[in-house]
Amino acid sequence: GILHGHEKLPELQSGNCSVLNCRIILEINMASGQQWVLVEMVQAFYEAPAYHLILEGILILWIIRLLFSKTYKLHETYKLTEKEKEDLIEEWQPEPLAPPVSKDHLHLNYDLVTGPPSHKIILNGKECINFASFNFLGLLDHERVKEKALASLKKYGVGTCGPRGFYGTFDVHLELESRLAKFMKAEEAIIYSYGFATIASAIPAYSKRGDIIFVDEAACFSIQKGLQASRSFIKYFKHNDMDDLERLLKEQELEDQKNPRKARVIRKFIVVEGLYINTADICPLPELVNLKYKYKVRIFLEESMSFGVLGEHGRGVTEHYGVNIDDIDLISANMENAVASVGGFCCGRSFVIDHQRLSGQGYCFSASLPPMLAAAAIEALNIMEEDPDIFTVLREKCKHVYKALQGTTGLKLVGEPFAPALHLQLERSSGSRDSDMQLLRTIVDYCLERHVALTLARYLEKEERFLPPPSIRVVVTIKQEKEDIQRAVSCIKEAASVILK
Amino acid sequence: VVRPRRRDLEGRQPCGGRWRGRALTSHHDSQYNRPFLESFEETPMLVAVLTYMGYGILTIFGYLRDFLRHWKIERCHIAREKEEQRDFVPLYQDFENFYTRNLYMRIRDNWNRPICSVPGAKVDLMERTSRDYNWTFEYTGRVVLDVINLGSYNYLGFAENTGPCADSAAEITMKYGVGVASTRQEIGNLDRHEELEKLVAKFLGVESAMVFGMGFATNSMNIPALTGKGCLILSDELNHASLVLGARLSGSTIRVFKHNNMQSLEKLLRDAIVHGQPRTHRPWKKILIVVEGIYSMEGSIVRLPEVIDLKKRYRAYLYLDEAHSIGALGSRGRGVVDYFGLDPCDVDVLMGTFTKSFGAAGGYIAGKWELIEYLRSHSHSAVYATSMSPPVVEQIITSMKCIMGEDGTTIGCDRVRKLAENTVYFRRRLREMGFIIYGNEDSPVVPMMLYMPAKIGAFGREMLKRNIGVVVVGFPATPIIESRARFCISAAHTKEMLDRALSVISEVGDLLQLKYSRRRIQPSLSLPCDDIVFEDIDD
Repeated sequence: GILHGHEKLPELQSGNCSVLNCRIILEINMASGQQWVLVEMVQAFYEAPAYHLILEGILILWIIRLLFSKTYKLHETYKLTEKEKEDLIEEWQPEPLAPPVSKDHLHLNYDLVTGPPSHKIILNGKECINFASFNFLGLLDHERVKEKALASLKKYGVGTCGPRGFYGTFDVHLELESRLAKFMKAEEAIIYSYGFATIASAIPAYSKRGDIIFVDEAACFSIQKGLQASRSFIKYFKHNDMDDLERLLKEQELEDQKNPRKARVIRKFIVVEGLYINTADICPLPELVNLKYKYKVRIFLEESMSFGVLGEHGRGVTEHYGVNIDDIDLISANMENAVASVGGFCCGRSFVIDHQRLSGQGYCFSASLPPMLAAAAIEALNIMEEDPDIFTVLREKCKHVYKALQGTTGLKLVGEPFAPALHLQLERSSGSRDSDMQLLRTIVDYCLERHVALTLARYLEKEERFLPPPSIRVVVTIKQEKEDIQRAVSCIKEAASVILK
Repeated sequence: VVRPRRRDLEGRQPCGGRWRGRALTSHHDSQYNRPFLESFEETPMLVAVLTYMGYGILTIFGYLRDFLRHWKIERCHIAREKEEQRDFVPLYQDFENFYTRNLYMRIRDNWNRPICSVPGAKVDLMERTSRDYNWTFEYTGRVVLDVINLGSYNYLGFAENTGPCADSAAEITMKYGVGVASTRQEIGNLDRHEELEKLVAKFLGVESAMVFGMGFATNSMNIPALTGKGCLILSDELNHASLVLGARLSGSTIRVFKHNNMQSLEKLLRDAIVHGQPRTHRPWKKILIVVEGIYSMEGSIVRLPEVIDLKKRYRAYLYLDEAHSIGALGSRGRGVVDYFGLDPCDVDVLMGTFTKSFGAAGGYIAGKWELIEYLRSHSHSAVYATSMSPPVVEQIITSMKCIMGEDGTTIGCDRVRKLAENTVYFRRRLREMGFIIYGNEDSPVVPMMLYMPAKIGAFGREMLKRNIGVVVVGFPATPIIESRARFCISAAHTKEMLDRALSVISEVGDLLQLKYSRRRIQPSLSLPCDDIVFEDIDD
C-alpha cells in the first residue's frame, strides 16, 4: 500500500495544481490508507492464532468488568449481617446504671433529725440549737401557723389529687396568690408546689431557643436548671460585676446592629438573685435596672433568700433598695425559707405572670400545692404583715452574728452583714476539695458535740457551673437569743482554733 | 361493603403479621397472665373531616377578631406590655398566643374550676361567672354543692379529711409543723422521711427507696443523675412532660418509640446497640427505656412483660413511671408490676407519685440498694430542694399501711378491689352506650372521645349543669382532632354515683351526638371484643 501512495505522489507534484487541491487529495489519500489498515486488521484477525484471540477476549471482558465494578455502593461494604448484629448485641456491655458509691462518701451519711426541725433540734440524737435551717423568722413551729394548717387539713384533707387545671385549684390557692400579690405590691402572683421548680419553670416559659440570657456566675442551681431547660444562649458575667455585664450587653448591642432584623425577635433577659444563696451577698439592683432600660433587657429576680428578710416589710431586695417593683419583670421566691412552708411563687405584672398558667411546666403538669401548706403560708404572711418589726429583729441578729464571727482563726466569713445565711470558708485551702470538706466537717461535728447544729453547704460538685468553695452554713433566725449566739460563736471559734490551728 | 378500619391491640393473640418473621418476641403470649385488652377505635372519617372544619372556622374567626382588635373595633382584654417597655423585643411571639386568645379563651371555664372541699367522690365548686366571655371571672360567692367528681386522681379514695390518715397527719402537723426549711443532705432529713422510705421499699418489694417533695421533680431531677452524655434514652412518645424534661436535662440522646409499640422499641434498641453513637460510633454507655405504667391521656397500660423481656435481651435499663398506676392497679395495689404478676426487681428504676392513690404529694424512686445510695448523693432534689413536708409524709405512711393491711383492717384491700370493679363496670357501660373509649379495660383512667372543638366546651358545661365535674382535654395535650373527656374512677365512687354519672353522660352524649362508636356491642356481653380486626400498627 505504501508503495502505491508513493507512486502517485510524484505525479501530483509534477502537475500544476494549487495548494488547496493538494490538501484535498492528501486527505482522500489518508482515508484510503485507513481503509487499508482496517482490511489489514481483519486479515490479521483471521490469521491470528486461536490462543491469542482467547487471551485478548478475556482481557477485554476483564476491562469491561473493571469498568462496571467501579459503581459499587459504599455502604454495602459495611452493612452487617444478622449474625454480625447478633454478635454485636451479645458483645455490648453497658455501664452500671448507678456507679458504685463508697460507703464513707461524705454526702451519703445524712444527719438524722428526730422530731421537728425547729429552733431546738435533735440532730443525731443530740439536742442542739439550730444554726442550719433556713427558718429565718421562726415560723416553722409557730402555733398560729400550725393551727391554720390543721384547720385546713380538717377541711380539705392533705393532697389535691390533681393539677391546677383539673380540679386541683382550691379557694386557698386563689387566696394565697392574691395575698402574695398584695404583700409584694405586684399585680399578680402564681404559686408552684415546689420551691426548686419555681424559677426552673419560669425561665423556660419565656426564654426559648435563640434568646439570650445574661446570668451572674454565682446563680443557684435551680436557675442553672431553668437556663438549661430554656435552651437559650447563656452568657455568664462575673459575680456582681456590672462592668462585666455591661461589656456583654454592649457586645450584644453591636451584634444586634449588624443584624437588626434578627435582633427584633431575640429576647434578652438578665437573671440574678436578690441575696445569693452561694455567696450571701446582694445584687446591685438599681444599677441592674439602669442597664435594663439602657439595653432593653428584662430582669428576672430570684428572691428565695431575701423574701421575708430584706426591706422594711420583708418584701425583699426591691424594698431594700427602694426600687419600683414594676421595673422588675419577674420576681420569684420560694416559701420554704422565711415562710417555712413548702412551694414557691412568682409575681409581677399580669402581662408577664399570666403566661405561666399555660406555659410554666411545673405549674401545669404538677399536682397543686396541698391546701394545708398554702394555708400555712397565708398565716405566715399574716404574721409578717401584722408585725414588720420581726424583719428589724432579724437584721439586728444578723449584724450581731456577723460581727461576732469576725476574726475566727483560719476561717473567713463570707456574706453581707444583713444576710441571714452566711458562709464560713477556709482561709487557706489544704489543696484538695475533699480534705477541705473533711476539715470543715470536723468543725461541724465539734460544734454538734457541744449542742450547736451547723451544716456544710452541699453542692453537686460535677454539675455546678461554677462550683462555690467548701463552706459551713451559719443561718441566723429570730429565735436565737443572745446567749445562743454567744455559745455558737465561741463554739465555732474554739473548734477552728483547735482543728485549724 | 367497606369494613370499618379499627386500630385494635389485643395481647392474647397479637402475633398475626405484627411480629413478622422475627422469632424475637415469639413467646410473649405466655408472658401475660391475663387478657390484655386495649382498644383505640379509629376516628370515623366524617367526624375527622368535621373536626378539621371546626378548627378551620375557629381559625378564620380568630384572624377576623384579631383584625377587629387591631383596629380597635373590638375591645381588647389582653393585658398589655408596660408603656416604658414597648420598644423592648416582644416577650411573646404573636402566633404563640393566637390559640390561647381565640380558641382556649372561649372554653376556658372548663379548666381551673376552683373547689372548696375535699377532692373526694363528691366535691363543692365555687360558682363563677364571666361577663366578657371568659376573659375575667367573677365569683358569685355561692357554692355548687355535691358535684360528682370524675376529675380528680383520687383512685383509692384517700383524699379524706376524716379517718386515720387525716388524724395522723393532724397529729404530726401539731408536733412538727408543716415546713422543713432545709434539704435532705443538709439538715432536713427527718426521722419520718426515713421511716417512709423503708415503708415504700417494703410496699414495692425492693431493697431501697427514696422520696421527693414533688412528683414532677422526681422525674425531672433524677433522670439527669442516672444518665448523661453518651447515654441513650428510649422514651415512649406519650411520656409525661416531666419525663421529657428530665431526659432533656440529662444531656443524653433521646429517641422516641411509638406508643406502647414493642416492635418500634425493639428496632430502636437493636439499631442503637449495632450502630452505637451517631458519628463517633462508640458504643452507648447505657440505654435507659422510659415508660409509664398507665398513660394518663390514653388510658393505656404499658406492655410491661414485653418491655422487660426486651430490656433483658438487650441489657438496657428500665425506668417505670407509676404516677397513675401505683395503688390503682394490681390485686394488691402495687401498681403495674403487680398487675402483670411480675418481679419488681426486674424493673431497674421504679418511680411513682403520692399525689394520686395516696391522696398526698411528692414522689418516690425505688430499686436496688446501690441505685438509691447513688441517688442519695447525686439526686438534684436531695442536694438542692427542700425535703417533704411532715404531714404529707404522714398521710402517705398511713394510707400506704392501709393498702398493705398493716393497720389490721381490710379497708385498703377492699378499696383496691372496689376500684377495679368500678373501672370495669364504668368502662363496659360507656362502651355499651356507643361511646368511643380509649385504653385498657382495667385502667381507671377512662378517656372518652369528643373530637370536635366545640364539643369540648359543650360537654364540660352540660355535665357541670347536671352536677357532674369532668375533665375535658384538647390540643395541645392531645393530637388536634382527638379531643376527649377524661374520667378518673375512684374507689370512693358508689354504684349509685356511677349510675347517676353514666345516665347523665348518656343524656349529654345524645344531646351532643357523641356516640360515635360503630361497634355493635350486646349489652349482655362481658367481653366486647368478638368482632375485632387486627391491623398492622407499624410499617
